[in-house]
Amino acid sequence: MARRSDPDLARLRDSIEQIWEIAQRLGLRPFPTHFELVPAAIMYEFGSYGMPGRFSHWTHGKLYQTQKTMYDYGLSKIYELVINTNPCWAFLLESNTVLQNEFVVAHVLGHSDFFANNAYYQRTSRRMIDTVTLNAERLRRYEYQFGMERVEQLLDAVISIEEHVDPFAETERRERPATPARRQSAYDDLWEPVMSEDQQQSTRLPARDGVPTPCRDLLLFLARESPILEDWERDVVEIVRGEMLYFYPQMQTKIINEGWASYWHVQIMRELDLSSTDHLEFAALHSSVLQPHPGRLNPYYLGFTILNDVERRFNALDGSGRERLFQLRETECDVSLVRNYLTEELVSDLDLFYAERRSDALVITEKQWEAVRDRLVEQISDFGIPTIHALDADYNGNRELLLRHEWNGRDLDLSYAEKTLEGVEQLWGRKVWLETRENEGNPLLLSYSRGDGHARRQAAA
Amino acid sequence: METFSLSHDDWSLHRKGIVDQARHKQKVKEAIRRNLADIVSEQSIITSDGKRLVRVPIRTLEQYKFRYDPNDKRGVGQGDGNTKVGDILERYGKSNGNGSGQQAGDQPGVDFYEAEITFDELAALVFEDLSLPNLEERRVRELPAETVRFTDIRRSGPFSNLDKRRTIRENLRRNALQGRRGFGRMEMDDLRFKTWERDIRRESNAVVFAMMDVSGSMGAFEKYVSRAFYYWMVRFLRTRYDSVEIVFIAHHTEAKQVSEEEFFTKGESGGTKASSAYQLALDLVEQTYRPDDWNIYPFHFSDGDNWPSDNEVCVRLATELLRCSNLFGYGEIRQTRSTHQSSLMQALRRLESPKFVTVSIGDKADVHPALTRFFGANAGKEAQRGAA
Repeated sequence: MARRSDPDLARLRDSIEQIWEIAQRLGLRPFPTHFELVPAAIMYEFGSYGMPGRFSHWTHGKLYQTQKTMYDYGLSKIYELVINTNPCWAFLLESNTVLQNEFVVAHVLGHSDFFANNAYYQRTSRRMIDTVTLNAERLRRYEYQFGMERVEQLLDAVISIEEHVDPFAETERRERPATPARRQSAYDDLWEPVMSEDQQQSTRLPARDGVPTPCRDLLLFLARESPILEDWERDVVEIVRGEMLYFYPQMQTKIINEGWASYWHVQIMRELDLSSTDHLEFAALHSSVLQPHPGRLNPYYLGFTILNDVERRFNALDGSGRERLFQLRETECDVSLVRNYLTEELVSDLDLFYAERRSDALVITEKQWEAVRDRLVEQISDFGIPTIHALDADYNGNRELLLRHEWNGRDLDLSYAEKTLEGVEQLWGRKVWLETRENEGNPLLLSYSRGDGHARRQAAA
Repeated sequence: METFSLSHDDWSLHRKGIVDQARHKQKVKEAIRRNLADIVSEQSIITSDGKRLVRVPIRTLEQYKFRYDPNDKRGVGQGDGNTKVGDILERYGKSNGNGSGQQAGDQPGVDFYEAEITFDELAALVFEDLSLPNLEERRVRELPAETVRFTDIRRSGPFSNLDKRRTIRENLRRNALQGRRGFGRMEMDDLRFKTWERDIRRESNAVVFAMMDVSGSMGAFEKYVSRAFYYWMVRFLRTRYDSVEIVFIAHHTEAKQVSEEEFFTKGESGGTKASSAYQLALDLVEQTYRPDDWNIYPFHFSDGDNWPSDNEVCVRLATELLRCSNLFGYGEIRQTRSTHQSSLMQALRRLESPKFVTVSIGDKADVHPALTRFFGANAGKEAQRGAA
């Protein structure tokens, strides 16, 4: 039931056409883009699931409730949601004014162009909405087959470690020399490297041929190495992993992607013939998106500022500013953007600092620009998530699982870690261990199994 | 040519977010059910007026993951243009971010998920499997809450209530007085009508004696626990049964019947003679609540520090009380979980009857188990077991 008679819709269509042409003229090469006007409830649903069609889980419902409530009370607003697919899907809020949606469309085309051209996205599936829909279908089938409760409990455990994926884990796997296949014929190259018979016999006990350790991709490790998971359960782990890998580049390029989209909404809106009222509304919107958060860091603002600075400097050098930017959008991620283009001048202009806890206060401890830059690089390279490696699938010679937290000066939330270990133990089926450090680096070994419960053992430093 | 499209469709049937939200709410409810023991004895709930929303802490619904210690805030930020090394951005309280009621010590930043629930929803969960045990059907008069009883005869009234037999008799009598035999020649004077009264008797007739030790030996904890128990018991009885009578008896060396408000608020002091409460209950049974008409449920909470010489009297009176009761519950609150039993408990243990149920409470969280033990499905049916 399309409401095509809506005059606002007609006006918006005209504006999008105009914006689309400007974007093309300025050099953007976005995917074909489908814009869909949706009510707030739908926007918040897609926002809390990450994209339309994803599988059901109560954690999504919890996030949806929180976000929707924030919106209902006027505390936050999602203006748009762009999905990295080809064609690209963009959801606009139907309650937005036409000008707000014009602004959002200009911003969206920046994202769509970034998805289409940035190197980090080249291996993501461009038909992800179909994929997640099929995944959801499969999970629903598992629910019928094995019971909702079992699927939910499995998902609870998997989702608690879903952030621990690594897009390069499989690359490393492929690069290892393939084990010589026993099959000998002229057509061997038609087959995947096959497992020898002895290997096939030991599939329940993968040891030497397993996932190489240390492995940062806990989901991969558990899906392939867990001694107890059934095939469908491995599939569930792989489903979650596949979806997280799809979102991974978006975590890697938050600053540059938002900076790029913000840069373009400014460029495009400047080309539009805005009335002075509209111009004022646009200026208000722009600053609400880009305003710095005191004491924190707004990725939109940081990315926008760095990109503008790059353009200015290269324009001053040889007039190649815009050209440089198009190069950056193809090759850079947040880490490389910050490391290569956050200059001394910018650190000082933006008044960036590094702060740490000193006894009972958060105190600024570093203003020196290289130190601040390096701290920032460190901070965005792990997305604020502690790095955990799977080290040993046969710990104590007893098929127990040893994990190691790569301690970088920041302690884990130990009570959370223990609860999370319960989920890992559920997936592993035997005792799990976690090496970490606390209080300035004193080694600590956590362990959990259903039989023995939790234990914390301090080791000498 | 790569291009765009735009559409505006009807999404009103799309409900996935709402469905998963409902599952989350359901999980909240389940979590509350699992944590009932803790929630039931929450001070804030006992003291709530029973109408508004109550906030209940839930530990099991957090989404756990490997994360950095949230108290260890650090990172790059942006200042107002004039920051320098040594500037303080934020001060933390001494509590390390731990609010009251949270685990202290080596468990920093345990987040409590607080669910909001109406008091009625919570009460429904608490009362889910509770009922008055051994309620005897044969003694329950199957009278609806409001019935009509015809009690008088009048000369006027609606014809639907015409008392035909009496009308005929009046007619025969008048005819006889006038020297005629037989029925006939009806007159308005002959008519008799039945009139009725509303019967205010209620459907069930059970009386609960809520007896509480208010002597000096009952400390703050003991009083709190017994009041918490009675708070829920009273609410449970009022929710489930239209008209269970509750008699509040407070005792030290003497027992007296008190109002509900006094029962829940007043403290006393002095020694303890539990027999005084039992005697008062027996007197009331004698005078008002005859066992033929009433299901009788005495409950008694005490710390068990009874006058030693009184114990024998207690056993005798309790035996008597037990004979006319459907269930007799005795709860003893001893914060120090010693294996040593109080004199009163030891004495009462000799009452070997499935209708006599005892509970020992050593912790706030035992209040809910006590409720289930007294009012749960198996209460008063199992053989007497050692208390918790």
